[in-house]
Amino acid sequence: MCTTCGCGADEITIDGKHAHAEAHAHAHTHDHSHHDAASAHGHTVLLEQDILAKNRLFAERNRGWFAGREVLAINLMSSPGAGKTSILERTIRDLHGSRPIAVLEGDQATANDSDRIRAAGAPVVQINTGTGCHLDAHMVAHGVERLNPSRGAMLLIENVGNLVCPALFDLGEQARVVIVSVTEGDDKPIKYPHMFHACELMLINKVDLLPYVRFDVERCIGHAHQVNPRIEVLRVSAETGEGMQDWYQWLSKQSSISGLAA
Amino acid sequence: MHELSIATAVVEACAERSAGARVLRVRLEIGQFAAVMPDALRFCFDVCAQGTDVEGAELDIQEIEGRAVCETCERTVTLSAPFGCCDCGGRLRIIAGQELRVKDMEVA
Repeated sequence: MCTTCGCGADEITIDGKHAHAEAHAHAHTHDHSHHDAASAHGHTVLLEQDILAKNRLFAERNRGWFAGREVLAINLMSSPGAGKTSILERTIRDLHGSRPIAVLEGDQATANDSDRIRAAGAPVVQINTGTGCHLDAHMVAHGVERLNPSRGAMLLIENVGNLVCPALFDLGEQARVVIVSVTEGDDKPIKYPHMFHACELMLINKVDLLPYVRFDVERCIGHAHQVNPRIEVLRVSAETGEGMQDWYQWLSKQSSISGLAA
Repeated sequence: MHELSIATAVVEACAERSAGARVLRVRLEIGQFAAVMPDALRFCFDVCAQGTDVEGAELDIQEIEGRAVCETCERTVTLSAPFGCCDCGGRLRIIAGQELRVKDMEVA
């Protein structure tokens, strides 16, 4: 059983099918240290092992796959309702014709988001994590297998809406983006420091609603920099399009950082 | 609830090395800033271990205190949150508290 993602538990589905219902295109390497084990009886066995080592292994494998195909992979994370899917829909429509975009959608249940992405015009694979609260690198490997993004594509990975768990799991992406919306508290960065520490960019979404809500943008940015002095910040509205050009420039910049065609 | 994924990974790491022997105790190092709740992890560990060589093993979690070094005055300070500023105003670099490791296990 692949316990990295727990898909042997028949809970994770990729486009509604169980992740292991079909043959793996990638070979699994499960290292069994039989020599160590043979002498293990009756004493202490040293492991000194990173608990997330397997996830890292899958993440590095994904990274290699992305690099080989010149795919720019971006991991988007936020609490539920911050506007991840709306930002993706607008991005797909606005960048139509300039660069192929493919999307991996992570949600506990339903294909609602992938339906929206498909309607916006991008190929999409829905990963349903069941009770799982985050995507991991193994699920992404399965999703990418099915999605098969074209060479030079931008792969936007919408993680499960959650500001805690996804921060821990490297998916093999080139960059991580956290989205906070002005209808949330402006202290989110210090309430969920791990997430804001792990990301390269913070998008402040729904800025068109600023006149109606009590959200101090500068205070939010201050908190984000307190947790992560290097984090970049952009203010956007997926609804009106405000600031979205800056987001597209940022994406294009990531391509050049990664040595990919912009 | 990523503790479930973490517990699964711990059980798998131990079961791979136990070669059928019963695992009595597993020792982990969990940093204060590793975003893992020890109680939730213990609960998940017991559930995940069922039906494996690790079933019934005691989970010994050593929590590692958060520490950082100041990039300006090079002083080492203890931290209660994974961010902060040195008294001198310098930026802090975390040097401990992010551990997530299986140290060792005791087998029968």
